[in-house]
Order: sequence, then structure tokens, then C-alpha cells
Amino acid sequence: MADHTVTSEVVFRIRRFDPTTDADPHWEDYRFPCPPGMTVLEGLKQIKESLSPTLAWRSSCRMGVCGSCGMFINGRPRLACNTQVSELESSLITVAPLPNFNIIRDLVPDLTPMFKAHAEMQPYIIRDDTREQQQPTGEYWQSPHQLEQYLQFSYCIKCGCCMAACPTCATDPVYAGPMPLSQAHRYSSDSRDGGFAARKQVLSGERGPWRCHFAGECSRVCPKGVDPARAIQLMKRQLVVDYLKLGKQKCPASIAKVPDGVKRREGIPEAPPRTI
Amino acid sequence: MRDQRLWTWHIGAGAVILVLLGLHMTVMHLDAIVRVFNPAPGEPVDWANVVARGKSVFFLVTYVLLLGTALFHGFYGLRNILFELNPGAPAKKAMNGLFLVAGLVLFAIGTWAAWAGFTVARSA
Amino acid sequence: MIENKGRPNRLGVKGWLGGGRWGFERYLYALHRLTGLALLAYFVLHIGVTSSRAFGENAWTSAMGAVKGPLFSVGEFLVFAAFAFHAVNGIRLALVELGFAIGQPIEPVYPYRTSVDEQRPLAIGVMILAAILAIVGGIGFLK
Ligand code: HEM
Ligand code: HEM
Ligand code: HEM
Ligand code: SF4
Ligand code: SF4
Ligand code: FES
Repeated sequence: MADHTVTSEVVFRIRRFDPTTDADPHWEDYRFPCPPGMTVLEGLKQIKESLSPTLAWRSSCRMGVCGSCGMFINGRPRLACNTQVSELESSLITVAPLPNFNIIRDLVPDLTPMFKAHAEMQPYIIRDDTREQQQPTGEYWQSPHQLEQYLQFSYCIKCGCCMAACPTCATDPVYAGPMPLSQAHRYSSDSRDGGFAARKQVLSGERGPWRCHFAGECSRVCPKGVDPARAIQLMKRQLVVDYLKLGKQKCPASIAKVPDGVKRREGIPEAPPRTI
Repeated sequence: MRDQRLWTWHIGAGAVILVLLGLHMTVMHLDAIVRVFNPAPGEPVDWANVVARGKSVFFLVTYVLLLGTALFHGFYGLRNILFELNPGAPAKKAMNGLFLVAGLVLFAIGTWAAWAGFTVARSA
Repeated sequence: MIENKGRPNRLGVKGWLGGGRWGFERYLYALHRLTGLALLAYFVLHIGVTSSRAFGENAWTSAMGAVKGPLFSVGEFLVFAAFAFHAVNGIRLALVELGFAIGQPIEPVYPYRTSVDEQRPLAIGVMILAAILAIVGGIGFLK
């Protein structure tokens, strides 16, 4: 594919598997003209429309936001919608379902174990003041610097590419995996959160970050720049510091109250009425 | 609970091994460049040199320390690798017991040898 | 474990090695694992062999005699090289896994610069150091 501005023939070699008829997956080739700018996802749609209507995969947003279309494309986990055929620099495109997950059919992996592990991490802000959380009287303080400590990890779209790339996930279903662990750290490193002790119940044991050996693949393949490997190593530091009792206990951020006895400056309109 | 504790010590042991095994390897293998603790001519593993080191309390203590840290570090590492192959829960339990016993037995043998070697060297 | 539907598709042990399109640190991980196991195997035998010094000079010389010859010489060099790699790579891993040298969390802007890129100079430096150590140690074996 030297010239990316003209239509040229490509072959999509797709791993097909139909649980009702096949014992094992097999490869099938589809040849068709690929116009400039075509993504792998569009190629799959082309095949479904004109070559093989039974082809199954998952996709939704077609713009790298929903996390449905993670696939094993030319030997690497990627988003089909986020990968242009031309960037693969080959006229042979291999597409297989994400490894390390069971195959439901064709290119559809079963992500359930990942989502279960994610739920185990209690991926939400945990605080003692549950009353305040349900009936908030104000916002929690957070500086831009504190925001940066977790912002990157919050961009995760749960596509599972990192889990497919991780060598530990290749053999070990007990290890929670890069996505759930980085999401646990996304909350543990949020200055508004007080849930580290609760998450530690899971993280300090077999499902925790100890089976990560910094092979770094998760961060290399992540389409959103989440850098799960960074989150996991920072999490290990947090857990080691906790075990050795080296760190000070941090209090979750307090509520930003409207200060008393301050006069509003002229010409600034009132905030709109509260909706909750 | 368990892995948080054991992994912390795994890394801590790595740091101790780095210093002690670094010295051991310098004595044994870098003798062509830096010749330390090898007073007699010839190979570092020649009996005369073994005796010369064996006399010192410093080597007695550091060898036993290296023995313990390296056994823990190595067997915990091996355990982790095998656990990642996803054996069943009974197999994991058996491995935990096996490696604990193997580590303790090897530690006992090594410590005995270090002490016996110390007395042999003192009387030689 | 969680009950799963569908056909299992884990890569298995060959997924540890990667191969083809994986990155530099993936191979360092595999090599760290291999050298760790090799050192442990050597160490267990080593405890046995060096214990012979407890029985005096004759026992020691005959034990040393049993592990002489070019084959053991090469083996010993391999142990030293494994040590050199595992030790210096171990320094990198200990630093990185405790959150050093991987950079601060940042707002990701494409092209992403990840923790893996941040510690890459360290990884390369450490490999150069391992190579130098192995060569320096090798001089002793050549004489
Ligand atoms: C000129 C006419 C229309 C235009 C240009 C239009 C455009 C759009 C666009 C751009 C979105 C995507 C919004 C997003 O990003 O979330 C959207 C979503 C949607 N539209 Fe329309 N729309 C039109 C008429 C209608 C009508 C007549 C209906 C129903 C009676 C409708 C129902 C919806 C629904 C249910 C969604 C999904 C909302 C969501 O969950 O995001 N639209 N439309
Ligand atoms: C020279 C000093 C040493 C240092 C600095 C060191 C450091 C480390 C570190 C940091 C790890 C954890 C890597 C990870 O998370 O994957 C590790 C793993 C390991 N080490 Fe060492 N180590 C040293 C010596 C040894 C020795 C002498 C042995 C053998 C007795 C050994 C056997 C192992 C094994 C089997 C593993 C597990 C490897 C894996 O899980 O992939 N190490 N070492
Ligand atoms: C391949 C190169 C090696 C050589 C030539 C070597 C040589 C020796 C010798 C001659 C002794 C006897 C004590 C003395 O003379 O000072 C000894 C003891 C010892 N070595 Fe090594 N060694 C090597 C590698 C290792 C490694 C890789 C480890 C650690 C994993 C290690 C750990 C020990 C320990 C713990 C002792 C004391 C054993 C005891 O007291 O029973 N050595 N070594
Ligand atoms: S961390 Fe990245 S690769 Fe992993 S699930 Fe989230 S977005 Fe996907
Ligand atoms: S850095 Fe850790 S979690 Fe990420 S792929 Fe490697 S071993 Fe898996
Ligand atoms: S279709 Fe939504 S991420 Fe690709």
C-alpha cells in the first residue's frame, strides 16, 4: 500500500467461528477494493454487506468512544474504528477476536470477566459522609494538580485491548488485569475519594497488581492514552507505602462552602437554581 | 494481605541480594580486575582462599544472610510464575507448603555448612 | 472463577513471550523470568556443592573437581551473565514498580507518551550496563 490516495485491492483475513457449527475457529479471506481513508471497521461493514452477511462483530460509535470494537488486527489489539487500513502498511489485513477472552462468535469476545473484575474494584467515589453524598450541600475541593493525578486514567473506554495484550492475562484468570486495576487506581488517587482501605481488601491479595511485571504492553496498545501500566505501578507504591506505614493517612477533600460575610461583586449574575 | 506483604519483602530481598551477591560475584568472577578477599595466589575457589574467607565472621554472617534472602526471593518468584499458570486451589496450597519446606531445609543445610566451614577454617 | 460462555481463547505460555509485534520491555520481562529461574536452579545446586567445605580440604577439592571442565566453565559464565542481567534489570524493575522513573500522570495528548516511553532511557542504559558487566566478567573466564 504505497500510495494512500488511490483505491487498491486488499485482503481481509478474518478469524471466523460459529459456535453452532464449528468446533474450532478458522481463517477466511475476503478481497475487495479499499478506498483511501477506509477504516478496518468500514472494511468489515463492506464484507457484511457484499461478501459474507453472517460475519459478526461488535461496534457502535465508530469514533473510538464506546469501546465496543476492540479486535486483534495485524497482530496487535486495536480499535477497528480507530485503525485505518492504510496505516497498517500492508495489503493483507488479519482480523481476529481479542485474545485472552472467550469467543462468543467470529470477532465477538466475551468481556464479562473483565467487567466483573471492574465491579469488584468499587470504581466509584467512596466516602464516610454518605448523607452528604446523597444530599450534597456543595462541591468537593479539587485543585488542577489533584485532578491531573487521575484524569488520564479516567479516559478508559473499557475496550479490553490492554487485557488482550497483557502477558499475565494470557495464562492467569485470577489476576484482575490492567483495566480493572487502573480503574481502581483512578478512584484511589482521586483526592475526593476515601475508599483505598475498602479496595485494599481485593488489591492486597491474588487479584491485585503483584502479577504485573511491567511488560508495558497494556500502555503500548491503549487507544486512549490511559497508560494502565503507570496506574498499576503507582498503585503498587501506594500499597507498599501502606504496608510499611510510611505515608500519612490522607483525608478526602472537604466541601467547598460559600464563604460567609463576603459581598458579591457588581454585575455578576446569580447561579441558576439548583436542580437536585 | 498476603501478596502485599510478601511482594514488599521480595523487592526488599532483591536490594539486599544486590549488595551481597554483587560482592560475592566480585570476589569469585571479577578477580582478574579487582582482586579482593583472595589472599592466596590461584583461583578464588582454591581451598586456600576458601579457608581465608571462611575464617572471617563477616563472611559467615553475610553468607547466611544471602542464603536466606536469595532463597526467599527465588522461591517466592518461582511460586508466582507457577501460580500464573493457573493451577487449581489445591495445587496452589501444595506449592505454598512445598516451597516453604524446601526453602527452610536448604536454609538449614546452608547455615550448617557455613558454620561447619567456619570451624574447619578456624582450625585449619 | 467466573463462569464463562464461548470458546476459550487465552494465548497461554506463548503469550508470555509475545513475539512479532510486541515491545522491548516484553522481552526484558521474559528474560528476567528466565534468568531468575536459572539463578534459582543454580543456587539450589550451589548450596549442595559449597556445603562440601564443611568436610575439609579433600571433600572440597573433589567437589570442585566434579564441576571442572569447559562445559562447567561455560555454564558458570552463563550464570554470571544471568546474574549481570537479572541484577541490573532488577534495579530498573524495583524502581519502576515502585512508581519511579515512569513520569507523572498527565493529560494524554496524541501521540501518547506513556510510562513505558518515560522509562525507556533507563531500560536501555541498564542493558548497556549488563552487557559491560557480562564482558568484564567474561575476561576472567578467558584466561
Ligand atoms: C433534522 C432532524 C434531526 C437531526 C439533524 C438530528 C440529529 C441528531 C444527532 C446529531 C444525534 C446524535 C446526538 C449525540 O451525539 O448524542 C441525534 C440523536 C438522537 N436523535 Fe435525532 N436528529 C433529528 C431528528 C430526530 C427526531 C425527529 C427524533 C425522534 C422523534 C430523533 C431522535 C433521536 C434520538 C432518540 C437520538 C439518540 C439520543 C442519544 O441517546 O444520544 N432525532 N440526532
Ligand atoms: C542480584 C540482585 C537481584 C535483584 C536486584 C533482583 C530483583 C528482582 C525483582 C525486582 C524481581 C521482580 C520482577 C517482577 O516484578 O517481575 C525479581 C524477580 C525474580 N527473581 Fe530476582 N533479583 C536479584 C537476584 C535474584 C537471584 C539470586 C535469584 C535466584 C535465586 C532471583 C530469582 C528471581 C525469580 C525467580 C524472580 C521471579 C521472576 C518473575 O516473576 O518473572 N533473583 N528479581
Ligand atoms: C557462578 C559463580 C559462583 C561461584 C564461582 C561461587 C563460589 C562460591 C564459593 C567458592 C563459595 C564457598 C564460600 C567461599 O569460598 O567464600 C560460595 C558460597 C556461597 N555462594 Fe556462591 N558462587 C557463585 C554464584 C553464586 C550465586 C549466583 C549465588 C546466589 C544465588 C551464590 C550464593 C552463595 C551462598 C549463599 C554461599 C554460602 C553457602 C553456604 O554457606 O552454604 N553464589 N560460592
Ligand atoms: S485502559 Fe485503554 S486499552 Fe484498556 S480498556 Fe481502557 S481504554 Fe481500553
Ligand atoms: S504492564 Fe503489567 S498489566 Fe500491563 S501488560 Fe504488562 S504485565 Fe500486564
Ligand atoms: S466502534 Fe466505538 S470504539 Fe470503535
